[in-house]
Amino acid sequence: MDPKAFVLGMSALGAGLAVCAVMGAGAGQGYAAGKAAEAVGRQPEGRGVIMSTMLIGMAVAETTAIYGLLISIILLFANPLLGQV
Amino acid sequence: MNFSNRNLWPLFRFGDETIYITDTMRGTWIIMAVLIVLAVIVRLKARRFVESPAPNSFQNLVELMVESMDQMAKSNMGQELAPLGAYFFGVFAFILISNYAGLFGFRPPTADLATTLSFALNTFFLIHFLGISRRGGKYFKDYLHPNVIFLPINIIGEIARPISLSFRLFGNILGGVIILGMLYAALPVLLRFILPDALHFYFDMFAGSLQAFIFTVLSMTFIREKAVSEEE
Repeated sequence: MDPKAFVLGMSALGAGLAVCAVMGAGAGQGYAAGKAAEAVGRQPEGRGVIMSTMLIGMAVAETTAIYGLLISIILLFANPLLGQV
Repeated sequence: MNFSNRNLWPLFRFGDETIYITDTMRGTWIIMAVLIVLAVIVRLKARRFVESPAPNSFQNLVELMVESMDQMAKSNMGQELAPLGAYFFGVFAFILISNYAGLFGFRPPTADLATTLSFALNTFFLIHFLGISRRGGKYFKDYLHPNVIFLPINIIGEIARPISLSFRLFGNILGGVIILGMLYAALPVLLRFILPDALHFYFDMFAGSLQAFIFTVLSMTFIREKAVSEEE
């Protein structure tokens, strides 16, 4: 088999697997949004503070998903492994 | 499909490398020009701003923007560091407009790691400069916080901050650029005018303004954490 084709195919597979990182971030963001909805239900007057706190927490949780996305983007568009074939 | 930062015109040679003007530089200059023109217009009009219960709509808009950013700086960093709101207004405006650049057909400058990393490094130096100049010895004591053993972990945590701050913004915007680019390449020409609008709304406007907001608020929170002592 052509080694380049093998590396390209495996890179595509790895890119797909790397995006599995978004599962945890999605679950975490959903949990945060649910808790924020509970808090707003309990204290409707604190809506602004709760919303901004929730958005900041979600952004921090999202970072892990972004790392996975970046790994898959690098594997697809700027593959470092192809130079070693 | 090529989503990378294109080299547009060669600028000069540096050793064996040619330095190009890239998409990012062109976009950055356009956005800087827009912001400078807006600032000059506001400055010229500000002479005629009056203290009145019913200001005209332009004055109202400008005051709303400046006051909400001052309010945000004050609530996130405290009264003493509130003047930093002016700096963060500039950062927020630049990131917001460059995230919106996708709507006008440019490549957003924030889809380049160089732009976001330089903003994050600004924040990084601001955090530690303010921390050392305002708190002195207590700033260094923070690194030994629970125990001396945690010193390397605390230092790595500080280095990771600008990295996560820059990668968050970069990854969000680059993801939007790539998804929209693939959609535009897949659609027939006539459909390109209608279908991507919803995705433009989400990736450019919603995610763009959210990320600009989050970048400024997280920077402010980090500065507060290091530069404002807890006893105050």
